[in-house]
Amino acid sequence: MTDTLLPVDAYLVESLPEIWFGAVLFALGMYVVLDGFDFGIGMLYATRTDERERETFLAAFGPVWDANEVWVVAFGTMLLAAFPRVYSRLLADNYLLALGFVVALVFRGLGPELREQRDDERWKRYTDYAFIGGSVFAPLLLGMLAGRWLFGEATLPVALTGVGLVAVSIVTGAAFLAAKTEPGLASDLRAYGIGATVAYLGGVVVLLGTVVLTDVGGAADAVLSLPVAAVVALSVAVGLSGSVLARRGRYRAWLASALSLPTLLTILVAILLYPTIYPPTGLLVREAVVSPLALNLVTVLGFPVLLLVLWYFKFLYGVFSGPIEGEGYEG
Amino acid sequence: MSPITLLGAIVPGLVTFLSPELASRMQFGWTISVHIIFASLSIGLAPFIIYFTWKDVRTNERRYARLRSFWVKVFAAGFVMGTVTGIPMSFQFGTNFPQFAEVAGELIGGPLAFEAKMAFFLEAVFLGVLLYGRDRVKDRTYIISSVLVGFGAWLSGFWILIVNAWMQTPRGYEMVTRNGMEIAKLTDPFAAFFTPRMPWMYVHMMNASVISVALLVAGVSAYIVWKKPDAEAWNTALKLAVVLLIASAPFQAIHGDAYGRHVEDTQPQKFAAMEAHYETGQADLHLLAFPKSPEALTDPRAENLVTVSLPAVGSFLASGGDFDAEVIGLNEYEENPPVALVFWSFRFMVGLGFLFIGLALWGGFLMYRGRLADSTRYLKAMIAASPFGYAALLTGWYVTEIGRQPWVIQGELKTSEAVSSTLTGAEATLTLVAFVVLYVGLMLTALYILKWLVREELRSLGVRESSGGRWHGPIPWVSSDD
Repeated sequence: MTDTLLPVDAYLVESLPEIWFGAVLFALGMYVVLDGFDFGIGMLYATRTDERERETFLAAFGPVWDANEVWVVAFGTMLLAAFPRVYSRLLADNYLLALGFVVALVFRGLGPELREQRDDERWKRYTDYAFIGGSVFAPLLLGMLAGRWLFGEATLPVALTGVGLVAVSIVTGAAFLAAKTEPGLASDLRAYGIGATVAYLGGVVVLLGTVVLTDVGGAADAVLSLPVAAVVALSVAVGLSGSVLARRGRYRAWLASALSLPTLLTILVAILLYPTIYPPTGLLVREAVVSPLALNLVTVLGFPVLLLVLWYFKFLYGVFSGPIEGEGYEG
Repeated sequence: MSPITLLGAIVPGLVTFLSPELASRMQFGWTISVHIIFASLSIGLAPFIIYFTWKDVRTNERRYARLRSFWVKVFAAGFVMGTVTGIPMSFQFGTNFPQFAEVAGELIGGPLAFEAKMAFFLEAVFLGVLLYGRDRVKDRTYIISSVLVGFGAWLSGFWILIVNAWMQTPRGYEMVTRNGMEIAKLTDPFAAFFTPRMPWMYVHMMNASVISVALLVAGVSAYIVWKKPDAEAWNTALKLAVVLLIASAPFQAIHGDAYGRHVEDTQPQKFAAMEAHYETGQADLHLLAFPKSPEALTDPRAENLVTVSLPAVGSFLASGGDFDAEVIGLNEYEENPPVALVFWSFRFMVGLGFLFIGLALWGGFLMYRGRLADSTRYLKAMIAASPFGYAALLTGWYVTEIGRQPWVIQGELKTSEAVSSTLTGAEATLTLVAFVVLYVGLMLTALYILKWLVREELRSLGVRESSGGRWHGPIPWVSSDD
């Protein structure tokens, strides 16, 4: 391999470590946005008792959830490839949270898959418990894991991060379903979505207020900065305008604004992390990153594929766009 | 004080927790054993899925539609199980073996990330199309989707085995100090990816997956054909599976023999454990070994065994032609893998491998005579053999992984040094128990799903239901009153 294609002692571009910091958080953002609405579907599913409505929800969830879930693997492995120490510490220091999260994902994924295998009331009830329980606990524990990443052991901020992720997942789930179902059901969902938006925005404000007041891990200064203020202000604006759009029944526009909430949340995480990448030990992006050759390699081989993956998703959502029809396999 | 430390403080009098190292190893071994069943199901079913989809779309024959529909359902259930069991795997490098992840991050992180991005996404996205998109995409797109799903499964195995092969025969790195820790720094990507072990492992594992699934497909087909001899689709499936078995089973033995020599070259300690060869010197080849006493099960040295051996042939094979060649014995090493586990796993795998060749030849003979579906004895044998491909595949991996101990990266990092230093025995034991309970449930469910699918298939073929919802027989889709 030539030195120009894959330099051994220098990064392809000087800022490659920072680009990778961005890429890792991009993967996390994709996960939080895409699987977030899957979690939302799972939680809103608990509010439905009508079998037809439940099957409509599952039909929206079925073709996309597995592909969405792969983003968490992309996030984890990209973190390992670029910042192995962060991957190791984050997971080893939060052992039970991390494994609790993956167990929740097991229940969430198996519930719907198993449900359709049998026509039996009790069977359906249990598989529904798995689906709903997994959909609540996965974002809660993932949010708490993110909270530990940002704030270390402080209990209240960590809990609030978890609850915040649950709330924002309900918002996106409601908007996604509203855009794909009939008007009667959509207006029910809208009420949950707007309530969750208010709860989410309130939660973010309380969380950041707590961090400032208690100065967790010296994070107060980072919070009291212009970028953070801008992201929070933007979130409030997006959340409120989304709620107005929802009230007017413009569900596709609501969906677009709802999906930008978890995006902004991920940007907030990035701002709070940088320039460290593991605040509990003060580890900097530049200290944690792998050597130039290794990073250049994953860049050259990985980035084109990442673009390809984005195209797959465009294709997938294109095939399954529009209102939900039918359910289950056509086999 | 966290609830877990509290639990740890209260319970020691009642319960002894496993050490973090032992619990972590058991947890990883258990979770990957379950995961690999589903991963190899995807790999082995891929050719069947592509073939049935292609034939269905092109010929519009009912039998192919039936087979595609059935096996895509099995594939989908297996893929979901593979996904949900695979994610814990990718987390456990961090939760349980953070030192390993940190030392090897530059070498294993890239391939693992490529696996997620190049393969896993491909499978997950196009499986969605394959399952739900028949009426939404063009015929050609639908066939291509099945090809991409299958390709994704095989590519996934490729990247994962690059990681594992590197752990067996690490290359392309140097040890440097970073952040006060000795880590492996990537120096030559090509050498690091295409290690000496990689081609051996890839061929052996892909072929093992094909054999396992061919046996599974043959077993299910044989059962349905036995119940309903004129089921056209299932006669086709049975024939196809037996043909694949004829192609793959003998090849595995020939390839495996050469693979063994490669292991002797590159990991002599593992090879010695496979043969329970203690004293360095001339080695006999044990064709068959039986325990003389129960003791041999835990300590399989030659004096505890009744063996059918070819004197000095071990040396001959290991060296490629020299009967007097020295084969390094286990006594040379300070610390050895659990020899009995490796020795018996190896024998179990090889024995099953020969059984599969026998079944393949028998099937080939019957097919030549045009009586494949008429021989009840053969159908019964194939039904009984259907889970054994997986048994061979798992025991083969036990040889590979347990045989590498005490190393996690051969010659570079010991497993005991790779385990998390912050992990407590209580936490590790708790999650181990949770994963055991969860995955036992998951596997039983997978077997039930297969049973239900078979029962539904029989019903649609007009076979009267023969049993209630209870699972009687040793193999889930066989009921006791058959």
